[in-house]
Amino acid sequence: MMRYAIKRIAVGLLTIWFIATATFFAMHAVPGDPLADDKATTPEIRAALLQYYGLDQPVLTQYTRFLGNMLRGDFGISFTQKNRSVNDIIRAHFPVSALLGCLALLISVVGAVLFGVLAARHHKRWPDYWIMLAVIAGISVPGFVFAALAQWLALKIDQHLGNIIPVAGWGTFRHMLLPATMLGLGTMAYLTRLLRSSMLDVQQAAYINTARAKRLSSTRLFFVHELKNTVLPVLALLGPTIATITTGGFVVETVFAIPGLGRYFVQAIQQLDYTVIMGTTVFYGSFLVLMVIVVDLLYALADPRIRLQDMR
Amino acid sequence: MEDRGEFSHNPLMNWLAQQCARLSRLRLSSRGSRLLLRMLLRMLSRLLPRLLSHAVLYAALLAANTSMTGRAIADSAVDADTHTVRLALTTEPPDLDSLTSTDSVSFFILLHTQEGLLTYTTDAQGNNDALTGGVAESWQMDGTTVRFTLRDNARWCDGKPVTARDFLFAWQTALNPSTASRYAFILYPLKNAEKIHRGQLPASALGVFVEDDRHLRIELEQPTAYFASLTTFPTYFPVREDFYRAQQGRYGADADKLLCNGAFRLTEWTHGASLTLQRNPGYWHANSVSLQAIHIPHITNDPNTLFNLFQSGDIALAELSQDTVRLALQQRLYIQDFGNGMLTYLEFNHREGKALRNQHLRRAISLVINRQELVNKVIAAPGTHATTRFFPAWLAAIADNNLSPASGADIVAARHALQQAKQELGVDKIPPLVMLVYDSPSVIRQAEYLQRVLQENLGVTMIIDKQIFKQKLAKLAAGDFDLSLSAWGPDYNDPMTFADLLGSANENNHGQYRNPAYDALLQQAAALPAGAERNTLFGRLQQIIDEDVAVIPLTEPGIVYVQDKSLQDVRRHRFGGDPDLRFTRIVPDAGKTP
Repeated sequence: MMRYAIKRIAVGLLTIWFIATATFFAMHAVPGDPLADDKATTPEIRAALLQYYGLDQPVLTQYTRFLGNMLRGDFGISFTQKNRSVNDIIRAHFPVSALLGCLALLISVVGAVLFGVLAARHHKRWPDYWIMLAVIAGISVPGFVFAALAQWLALKIDQHLGNIIPVAGWGTFRHMLLPATMLGLGTMAYLTRLLRSSMLDVQQAAYINTARAKRLSSTRLFFVHELKNTVLPVLALLGPTIATITTGGFVVETVFAIPGLGRYFVQAIQQLDYTVIMGTTVFYGSFLVLMVIVVDLLYALADPRIRLQDMR
Repeated sequence: MEDRGEFSHNPLMNWLAQQCARLSRLRLSSRGSRLLLRMLLRMLSRLLPRLLSHAVLYAALLAANTSMTGRAIADSAVDADTHTVRLALTTEPPDLDSLTSTDSVSFFILLHTQEGLLTYTTDAQGNNDALTGGVAESWQMDGTTVRFTLRDNARWCDGKPVTARDFLFAWQTALNPSTASRYAFILYPLKNAEKIHRGQLPASALGVFVEDDRHLRIELEQPTAYFASLTTFPTYFPVREDFYRAQQGRYGADADKLLCNGAFRLTEWTHGASLTLQRNPGYWHANSVSLQAIHIPHITNDPNTLFNLFQSGDIALAELSQDTVRLALQQRLYIQDFGNGMLTYLEFNHREGKALRNQHLRRAISLVINRQELVNKVIAAPGTHATTRFFPAWLAAIADNNLSPASGADIVAARHALQQAKQELGVDKIPPLVMLVYDSPSVIRQAEYLQRVLQENLGVTMIIDKQIFKQKLAKLAAGDFDLSLSAWGPDYNDPMTFADLLGSANENNHGQYRNPAYDALLQQAAALPAGAERNTLFGRLQQIIDEDVAVIPLTEPGIVYVQDKSLQDVRRHRFGGDPDLRFTRIVPDAGKTP
């Protein structure tokens, strides 16, 4: 087990290094001048700015410098937001994205279990058809459509029934509910499908028949034998899902005016804000890798076959 | 029909049915989809009892939540009891250090928290760009010498007086090359400023003299007609040395790292999320500031979100986009517009070897563009006007200087000019021209219009080169274009802020237009004091631009916005921070009077 864990972590670190390197060189290959602005600058100011951000050095020197700083956990100062370090930006805005993401994940998992089980238990009857129709819509319609529609609905409710759900903003639990649901919809749809088919498989398994033959109560049968085995394969997907949902809220964050990190991630690329691009990408990359490793390890703990396979 | 009867007494369901019917009229015309909607409605009506029970639960949760945080359910955009206003910003203020700040959002905050020697006010004619004393109570301009007398009650918000030294420190710091202030050039009218900025003279050589705490004498390089207007600009704001140094390079980075001397204090700044400006009781003119606080709870650049927030009564002011303008019109909201002083124009690449170095070709292009059509059919946004002038008419020195060529298209003359161009260039067909544009939907629509007009009327092919903002600038600087759809915003109230652009030495003259006659007139205008003689020079500069077709002015864009009806005296400015709520009052009944 120890060997397996060390191996996974080593591969994870290598992945992070690769992400950092690839992003660094891809970013420098993007055409455009990060220091250009509406009003052209004199050569003197330009030289001072280049020196301030360390862009006067050759790219390779910049790269080694960046790697050194990254190891110390320092991503430098933003190009567009003067006097703000990238670390500050991540520290201030990631918790918001994470909170929104966790709530979205909670909503999507609870919803998915509910609908997935409902669909499987009513296999090939109308609840199944309706849920599958909604699932297809949830997977294929992009998030910003749902977000915009939900906001429009919130506005109508506001105008006709009073201020129940805020149109946008952040701060209280009321503000989080609508965006979290919209953020969770895609994942919910995806997980519902998985859970439904997983449940259908489980229902046909021999051990369920055995359990039935033993005349177990239907509640016990459902919770102990069916649900537990249904959820297991879905757990493996949870790592990457957590990472995408806590980091992929850019559209929802913009529509609902939420001060999350997703905004900075996207805007930085448009504005060629080198340090913020690197900081957020490496941070998100590491987060994703970490989640995958954690889930892998948990899975290995739960299922001996996996770590044995890896030993060979 | 039975279904409808069933829930006709339920207002919510009625409303839902109406909305669905409206949707179905709009988008879904087939019978199948209407059937689907009806089925959905039937399902909803069955689920309603259950939903209602959940709603009760949710309401209980809500009540618990509100009582925990102690916040009222509805935060209103304008509160007449507490005299507070709520607004949204499109982006986090990137830089509140007035010495290095360059963007409009930061300028908006700085306008409220800081004050320069002079400031803008509204005069009897309703002009919002009239000048009045800020920190200075009086000033005398005498050729190249300007003397300011500071108010003895102008104070920093920690209670210490604003002194002449604070201005000297600010200007010397901004001119220090290592500060890398992008707007340092705006200080160049000060004697020796440019040389100090280029590192040729020490900072002490600056022509600014502190006579005592309350008297500041300024020597200028040459008589600068618009110097008074410059002192309202953020780069000219005072900065106190001890406070600036104590922040160790982080001046203006947080609410407590900014020392205010304006009408408001920045009391809270949660980065990326919210800001609060509180009335500054120590401001010398505080008795005419009626707002107690300006809350900025939202930061988003999504125009739909801004409009929705306005409609839900959450914010008091929302700028409209092309899409939300249509929605606002449909709802018969009172829409206001304001010319923000910008100019959009077609820039040519005048470099050696480029086709558009040929004046006849430039004229041909200029003659086929119908600006009215461009504004009314392509841009189609209220507040934007067609123009043929490089110097907008709102400029004080231009108002009585009307020299406007015709704005319509003249296809016959254009074809004639094209023939001449072909002869001079020695070609049968003009090679395809590359038009550089910024990648935004509205700009691209305009570019496509120009592309079509050129192809149809002149048979000239134009290739549209869409680029992200930074890459467009890089290509402009490298001269990698034939034409560019560009925009320019003024920095101060003088034609020079535009005229400068086409000077040979200007870095923003991307097309490298070079005309010795233009440069000579420009220098002449720079050295003349304000007056009729100087104004006629700008008329002649406009003439040169027209004759040479140096650039093609196209439009003066405007800002379209909706504003809470109870807000009075929200001033709009073309430079140095906008909108201006320093002297805004809340008049709750204003909306009710016809």
